[in-house]
Amino acid sequence: MQELINEMNLNFLSKSSNESFARSAISAFVLQLDPTIDELADIKTAVSEAVTNCIVHGYKTNLGKIYISSKIYSNGKITIQIKDKGCGIENIEQAMEPLFTTGGSERSGLGFAVMQSFMDNIKVTSKINKGTTVTLQKFIIRRNLKNDKK
Amino acid sequence: MGVTISQDNNISRALINGDVDHHTAYELRETIDNYIKLYTPEVLKLDFSEVQFMDSSGIGLIMGRFKLIKSLGGDLKVINVPKNLDRMIRLSGLSQLGIFESEDKASCKN
Repeated sequence: MQELINEMNLNFLSKSSNESFARSAISAFVLQLDPTIDELADIKTAVSEAVTNCIVHGYKTNLGKIYISSKIYSNGKITIQIKDKGCGIENIEQAMEPLFTTGGSERSGLGFAVMQSFMDNIKVTSKINKGTTVTLQKFIIRRNLKNDKK
Repeated sequence: MGVTISQDNNISRALINGDVDHHTAYELRETIDNYIKLYTPEVLKLDFSEVQFMDSSGIGLIMGRFKLIKSLGGDLKVINVPKNLDRMIRLSGLSQLGIFESEDKASCKN
């Protein structure tokens, strides 16, 4: 049984200075689930990777908008969707391979591997010249149900 | 936020401060690379003791500096990596390079 408890939507320009903004915003939203420090760090790291991908790859040559939408459910599930309307990924399977990168020598090619490892589930959909959507999912173990008041 | 580089004999230490992400890595890279090219240190230690957050951009930062300093005949070490970054480091496979060292905190502040 999962009931939607809360939802937020956010959009911002694909400037690299917004990477820390995105992390702070998602932390603030997730905090109501009373996550552990580790759980929170996992989510922040995964979101940072996804947003960086939008900036470095999706909007490689231009500025565009990045959309984050997050939902919290009664069973402790949190979903975070990070979307761009950029260039899209030609080969998602290849892009998700650890160490594969088109970002040059300063990029480790670990972005998707980190998202996979730090979250419970990840889904990537992409269309060339339309954009990419990454949906991340994690279960936070509920310790404090008192915060559920509407 | 940023990096402070100090030198003691032939060992240079770059103390990185704050979050390491794609945005901050750019400036960190510029500063550290300028230093490496100017002084060609025998050993450069990247000190992560003051890093609260790091995504995979930090791995790229370490890899890039490793390659640069090796190409100039020097050596790179990474010291004082906080526990919460362990998983990222493990995932990266960087530990195979043998560059990680633990050092007691007292000696890293000057």
